[in-house]
Amino acid sequence: MDILRFITAGSVDDGKSTLIGRLLYDSKSILQDQLEAIESQSRSKSDGELDLALLTDGLRAEREQGITIDVAYKYFSTPRRKFIIADAPGHIQYTRNMVTGASNADLAIILVDARNGIIEQTRRHSIIASLLAIPHVVLAVNKMDLVNFSEERFQEIIAEYRTIAESLGIHDVHYIPISALGGDNIVERSQHLAWYKGVTLLEFLETIAVSNDGNQTHPRFQVQYVIRPQTEDLHDYRGYAGKITSGSYRKGDVVTLLPSGIQSRIKALEIAGLGAVRMEVEEAQAPQNIIMHLEDDVDVGRGDAIVVTNNAPIVQQELETLLCWMDAKPLRVGSKYLLQHQSRTVRAVVRSIEYRLDVNTFDRTEDIAALGLNDIAKITLKTASPLVFDRYADLRTGGGAILIDETSNSTVGACMLQ
Amino acid sequence: MNRHSFDYLDALEAEAIYIFREVAGQFERPALLFSGGKDSITLVHLALKAFRPGKFPFPLVHIDTGHNFPEALDFRDRLAERIGEKLIVRRVEDTIKAKHLSEPKGKFASRNALQSHTLLETIEEFRFDACIGGARRDEEKARAKERIFSVRDEFGQWEPKLQRPELWNIFNGKIHQGEKVRVFPISNWTELDVWNYIQRENIALPSIYFAHDRECLEYKGQLVAWSEFITPDESDVVSRKRVRYRTVGDMTCTAAVESNATTLDDIIREITASRTSERGETRMDDRVSEAAMEDRKKSGYF
Repeated sequence: MDILRFITAGSVDDGKSTLIGRLLYDSKSILQDQLEAIESQSRSKSDGELDLALLTDGLRAEREQGITIDVAYKYFSTPRRKFIIADAPGHIQYTRNMVTGASNADLAIILVDARNGIIEQTRRHSIIASLLAIPHVVLAVNKMDLVNFSEERFQEIIAEYRTIAESLGIHDVHYIPISALGGDNIVERSQHLAWYKGVTLLEFLETIAVSNDGNQTHPRFQVQYVIRPQTEDLHDYRGYAGKITSGSYRKGDVVTLLPSGIQSRIKALEIAGLGAVRMEVEEAQAPQNIIMHLEDDVDVGRGDAIVVTNNAPIVQQELETLLCWMDAKPLRVGSKYLLQHQSRTVRAVVRSIEYRLDVNTFDRTEDIAALGLNDIAKITLKTASPLVFDRYADLRTGGGAILIDETSNSTVGACMLQ
Repeated sequence: MNRHSFDYLDALEAEAIYIFREVAGQFERPALLFSGGKDSITLVHLALKAFRPGKFPFPLVHIDTGHNFPEALDFRDRLAERIGEKLIVRRVEDTIKAKHLSEPKGKFASRNALQSHTLLETIEEFRFDACIGGARRDEEKARAKERIFSVRDEFGQWEPKLQRPELWNIFNGKIHQGEKVRVFPISNWTELDVWNYIQRENIALPSIYFAHDRECLEYKGQLVAWSEFITPDESDVVSRKRVRYRTVGDMTCTAAVESNATTLDDIIREITASRTSERGETRMDDRVSEAAMEDRKKSGYF
């Protein structure tokens, strides 16, 4: 059994919360007391129907306003898979929260109301899915019951979406007609949609092959923490603890430490096995956490990358990056930030704003002096010391970085390095 | 090891160990909040995997309400001794005396709310900048919204509308003077994941997690252990039941479930078949209102 992480994008109006509620309910992941709680709340509402949307909105303000403000994580599993749902808000003012949920998603479900078809929001969610390089997209055409389960309407919508997906470079899109309210094609096949020959949403989620950094071949490892017990029997022990984010490492591999460029060789690889028993292994691979030992006594610290010499990442101080700006205080050319890339933090200054992307029309605007909250743009940065990274399009963990405002300590920008 | 042998427990474990090492790398004075319950015992196991052969870069800290199960306290002390790590215990009792707080009243007088006081005091005393806890997002709706690195203000409060975006595997632990971070390495685990992991890793648990005979009081459909901390009514009937605990909190606000499960296999079978959530079945403190947990978190609770 493995894990599929997916994000659901859309607003309550599209039936997003109902869809999640339906997935949990029909896969029998809702427990008796949770069901009783939403039943009693549903009764106090006007129509008295079981409101599955009540399962997901967790904050008082969300229930009061009937909107999703922040990402909620929901869990369910079937005998085939464990699922982690990042239930993200759809409104433009909460784009940064959607970006948070999208960053770790293997798949995005983009919801469309069959009556309205592709709207501004669909385009915005698609651009975020493309920007964050979510490997798979499902366009779930919801509320099919309100268009008389019309195949023609469904075909119209997917024809329109195909051009959007193409222009955004989203290659893997699946189209499923559903009615979350009635449960059509969520877990059970719909009798009303007999013309649809594909799988149900749940079957699709259970069977899609997950592609992520873990199954890429570039060996990538960054030191998180140096383990030095300094006890009598281990006084020479010096192990570099970290996680392999991609590829694999073998004992004896010739490695390069970056950014310093020093070469060494792997003396030993340790992992913590069953029962927390430490053991040496010949080979370790993503996503394992390891302790690496090198042949030479070299200066290695937190944030340093150790890579196999013949497969090195990029080492640069000038960075081109796509950016989602997530702070109310604007980003300006010349502003300075901290840039955090996994466990490494360096200072960075904004050199230029190349263009801002209109998330609704996909038009690019140049000659911009500042970016505002939720703007998506391409910028260039210069870092105080070299950054060791991969292109985001090649490796998500290797090419993702955040900008931190040193005065507020907030995470203000998401960078997808180019 | 071959690539295809990584399953969901390996993925969850890898994520948690990564988070532990980030805490060690980013903070000066972290602490692991240890309750003696299965989730914090799992955290200790993950910390062994993250830091051995080194020492933990943090002490274990227990806020003792004085209403804890003796079996859990005993287990706590033996565990700390066995792994050779430092254990700090601070008592709610002492806070009540020192600050002249009023003892909660009522039938099942719970010190649960007062726990936050002692916790915040302990954080001040040792100037902890990050506290690692075993909260999981599947437990409750407000927790489902919380980040893995959750920044709290000077008063320990959580501000759900101003959470930092948290992307990829990047955790921003930068804080101002006075602010603290709560860190939840097993955020993405469900109750069943924890039990399956305990079984796979052969992790020892306090005896009260397994079926045993106990004097219980039946109250509003829940079974509460008979103890000196409960004020009985005349109508109360105490009877001997075969029970186990699904969560371990205070004796006054944690309910037992009837069970004959004496092994981890039995427990996992029962939980898989159970139609009631963990907190719903056993935590009387969540039943106060729809937003009970959100309110407690905002005021410094986990």
